[in-house]
Amino acid sequence: MNPKELKYSKDHEWVKTEGNDSALIGITEFATDSLGDVVFIELPDIGTKITQFEKIGEIESVKAVSDIFTPISGKIIEQNNELINNPELINNSPFEDGWMFKVENINTDELDNLMNSDEYDQLIKE
Amino acid sequence: MNTKINDINRKLLMDRSSPGRVGATLPPSDVPKQKLPPDKYLRENINLPELSESELVRYFSKLSQFNFSIDHNFYPLGSCTMKYNPKINDEIASIKGLSNLHPLQDESTVQGALKLMFELQNSLCEITGMDDISLAPMAGADGELAGMLMTKAYHLANEEPQRKKILIPDSAHGTNPASAAMAGFEVITLPSDHNGNADIEALKSSVDETLAGLMITLPSTLGLFDTNILDVCRIVHNAGGIVYGDGANLNSLLGRVKLGELGFDIIHSNLHKTFTQPHGGGGPGAGPVIIKDFLSDYLPSPVVRLNQKDNSYSLYSPKNTVGKMGAFHGNFGALVRAYSYIKTLGEPGINQISQNAVINANYIRSQLKDYYDLPFNRTCMHEVVFSAKNYKQEYGISALDIAKRLIDYGIHPPTMYFPLIVDEALLIEPTETESKDTLDYFIEVMKVISKEAKDNPELLRNAPHNTTNSRVDEAKAARNPNLRWSPINNT
Repeated sequence: MNPKELKYSKDHEWVKTEGNDSALIGITEFATDSLGDVVFIELPDIGTKITQFEKIGEIESVKAVSDIFTPISGKIIEQNNELINNPELINNSPFEDGWMFKVENINTDELDNLMNSDEYDQLIKE
Repeated sequence: MNTKINDINRKLLMDRSSPGRVGATLPPSDVPKQKLPPDKYLRENINLPELSESELVRYFSKLSQFNFSIDHNFYPLGSCTMKYNPKINDEIASIKGLSNLHPLQDESTVQGALKLMFELQNSLCEITGMDDISLAPMAGADGELAGMLMTKAYHLANEEPQRKKILIPDSAHGTNPASAAMAGFEVITLPSDHNGNADIEALKSSVDETLAGLMITLPSTLGLFDTNILDVCRIVHNAGGIVYGDGANLNSLLGRVKLGELGFDIIHSNLHKTFTQPHGGGGPGAGPVIIKDFLSDYLPSPVVRLNQKDNSYSLYSPKNTVGKMGAFHGNFGALVRAYSYIKTLGEPGINQISQNAVINANYIRSQLKDYYDLPFNRTCMHEVVFSAKNYKQEYGISALDIAKRLIDYGIHPPTMYFPLIVDEALLIEPTETESKDTLDYFIEVMKVISKEAKDNPELLRNAPHNTTNSRVDEAKAARNPNLRWSPINNT
């Protein structure tokens, strides 16, 4: 269920690299299942520089408010504006339409600090 | 009831309006008519509902019956201590001499009220094993903020401005990190160990010269007494930090354990939880901040002092006070109720609270542990946390579904999805005021629901069935809140 081409953090975020410079970031299906219906999401502004594993935003569901940590460093260049009016996209399509933000100036070495899909499958089984 | 009749019963006040209907008969006006302001300032139709007095009375009476309170039924809402509030406390608080006071009256005319506050200060210090207190904070979180501001003032006075870090266990109330952040501190989350205690190794590696303090709830929000608490206090003190205790769960310690003797430097007490205030609607509350004497100079203002010379009471502002937490003296009515409660019960009664609260929670734990998963299988304090994760995995039934089904049996849902570190958490706090009959009824209902989850999961997914409103779409309500009345479209 967790796509092979993505990398994963222990905080249940995923990274999808696009070339060597930019990446899309979202949260996993496991995370959305645990959170329940997402009602609000708060992300840093475009242009913000973020550092791997730093707390960068918040996601609110009917159950609780949780922190969003970035799985990779870089500069935020795009946010998924669709999520403002349709936060349910995160629940319905966590790996596709529910992506949260896009960063550039990434350091691909940092991907080594993340898990592949097999390792992540194992983590959520525990 | 058929749908049409049900719809009529659920009509809002505005929808019940009929033009020209009145609820009161006014005498003819004996005031000469005045010229109205220009039309541009006047609205033609201000759209007020027009009803008779009987319609109005019935409407609000009906509305009040949709409510659920501790006066209606069992209310095991974990972490909230929804104990029964004895009516005598309300009666005392409404005595004219206490309820008709003005906060700006001269001190000489309110000596009785000040004496009451002074004696409450002493009782709370005695109960918690602390030295000094300010009754000013108006809620638990207000007490937390006061405590954090005092922590900051203390470190600044000692010329240690680098102490900016507050450690908070991952089982904490959400208000703890919020209060620390509001006071300007950086919050570091401390993990729990496999027993639900604070992780001592993680604590040791987190303390250094930047440590301002630790905020910890005892017993924790898992309903567990942290058996490492003496080590926790020692490690924080050795690093130069302040130990802050969230007193939300004080109910389980009354007369048994004094937080001051364990090493706590500052605590707050949620008087509305532990010392009975009706607080189902979110207030009013009182969250006195109670401290060791080395922090007395920083207490929020005012504090009541006894003047030895003439045995009079006066309000006093500590030398380096962190200031006012709100207007005047705090929530005076809440203070009166707590005073009345403590004086009514006396020492033997206070001691019995914790005993019964802990026994009741453990009775529920032992009776239901074969039906619901216990993430921490050890003796609990005043509340017990179960997990519905097995029901979710096997039958697709969540903690929410179980909670909603309880409403059909006339029981208020327990706290759900808190603490956050337990999947599908159901946090149950029976309190000391419930009889064994009530607990047995609750246990029986929980067993029935366990069976229903297996045999008829749809029944739970659509619950509640016996209420005016059935399952509401919480996600839609949060995503598209619509709080404004608009006319029913009759076409």
